[in-house]
Amino acid sequence: MSPEDIPVIPRGVRLHEDRVRGSWVLLAPERAIRLDPIGHAILSEIDGSRSFGAITAGLAAKYNAPEEQIAKDAGEFIEGLMNRRILEVA
Amino acid sequence: MMDGSTVTDLHAEGRARGIPAPIAMLAELTHRCPLSCPYCSNPVELARKERELSTEDWIRVFHEAAELGVLQLHLSGGEPASRRDLVELVKAAREAGLYTNLITSGIGLSERRMAELDEAGLDHIQLSLQGTDAEMADNIGGYKGGFKRKMMVAEWIKASGIPLTLNAVVHRRNLHQLPRAIEMALEMEARRIEVAIVQFHGWAMQNRDALMPTKEQAQEASRIVAEARAALKGRLVLDYVPADYHSDYPKRCMGGWGSSGLNVAPDGEVLPCHAAQTIPSLSFDNVRDRGLADIWYNGSAFNAYRGYEWMQEPCRSCERKTKDFGGCRCQAMALAGDPAATDPVCIKSPLHGELQKRAEAFSGNDAAELIYRGQPA
Ligand code: SF4
Ligand code: SF4
Repeated sequence: MSPEDIPVIPRGVRLHEDRVRGSWVLLAPERAIRLDPIGHAILSEIDGSRSFGAITAGLAAKYNAPEEQIAKDAGEFIEGLMNRRILEVA
Repeated sequence: MMDGSTVTDLHAEGRARGIPAPIAMLAELTHRCPLSCPYCSNPVELARKERELSTEDWIRVFHEAAELGVLQLHLSGGEPASRRDLVELVKAAREAGLYTNLITSGIGLSERRMAELDEAGLDHIQLSLQGTDAEMADNIGGYKGGFKRKMMVAEWIKASGIPLTLNAVVHRRNLHQLPRAIEMALEMEARRIEVAIVQFHGWAMQNRDALMPTKEQAQEASRIVAEARAALKGRLVLDYVPADYHSDYPKRCMGGWGSSGLNVAPDGEVLPCHAAQTIPSLSFDNVRDRGLADIWYNGSAFNAYRGYEWMQEPCRSCERKTKDFGGCRCQAMALAGDPAATDPVCIKSPLHGELQKRAEAFSGNDAAELIYRGQPA
């Protein structure tokens, strides 16, 4: 992921609050991916217009963490989901 | 709900007994279907239209499912588009908070109906593929003109933007078309393809002669899938169900019997899996009489093969039992005559050698003709 990439949650993929199990999940074709708070935080920032760079800068400020580390973790997380055709880049 | 327990109580009791809430529900809206594929997984005894649940019943069941913890709803059949109220049901399922997937042959969908499904919020479509050309597809589906119509439906799906999975069921007659099926998935802009080598339940049992792949074909399919997975990473997801008669170990039974999913048949009977009605010792509850959560946690069919207590040797002391749960109960019933037996596909089953011989014999019977699925009376 480079900073100017814009990650997108495509049609047919959505965040869902699973009240029965008390956690957030990402629902996609034939998949329900349980999210830890970090995964949920990353996906909540994706709105289809903000760039990856803006997202990681925002997360770094919000969680008071080094941006480089956030970019690495979030990049791997998003790329993993892209390989499974769950996220896209605009 | 029995003795006034709420769904919250039932969840708490379930947790204490180590029973998770289900993730997925397959709603078999109807057994009616314009096609008559010889490998249909519907029971040989099909439910008649008069016995089907009403629109209101289904909507209530969707809400009960969401409350029970179901996240993914699969609308299936028969052909779900044969239900006049399909759009209304999709809308209601979305309102209940369910991820809504339509499993269809495409027959019964028009361009207008597709737009309505889109509007109703349908999340995903799985389109079945009987063959990669009209000659094969219409022969397997037993429906002339079906392939041509399906290709039109695929265009409408593409135009709507609803994500698509192509479901290719492959067997001895069409396995050579697998590479083309993968290409077609790309042309349709599908995100996924499910390649399933035919499983022998329901109507497929009487077609083992006509459909059983040869061992070489089964290996070839695994190779094609592995290569395509590597070549198409990030473009197309391939899910694969291998040919289990030719395997050394059985398929795992979902996440374990009664632990990840449930099925509601057209008449409202709630089944642990689509083939469970082939096990004569089980009796099933109906959503018309009992709450879905009560059925899930307390119904006798769901409790029959939960956990490991019911197992016999060699499964009971096998280290793989937590992985495959002893294989398929319905297959144990069909092939060993005992639903608690080790799945005869397993190399440790005393019936394994015999089964492999029979698989070979089936796959060599090139004179066998297709026996098509019937229609509800
Ligand atoms: S013996 Fe039973 S548990 Fe062990 S691998 Fe075979 S089917 Fe699975
Ligand atoms: S019993 Fe067999 S058919 Fe039923 S879910 Fe398990 S593996 Fe599938």
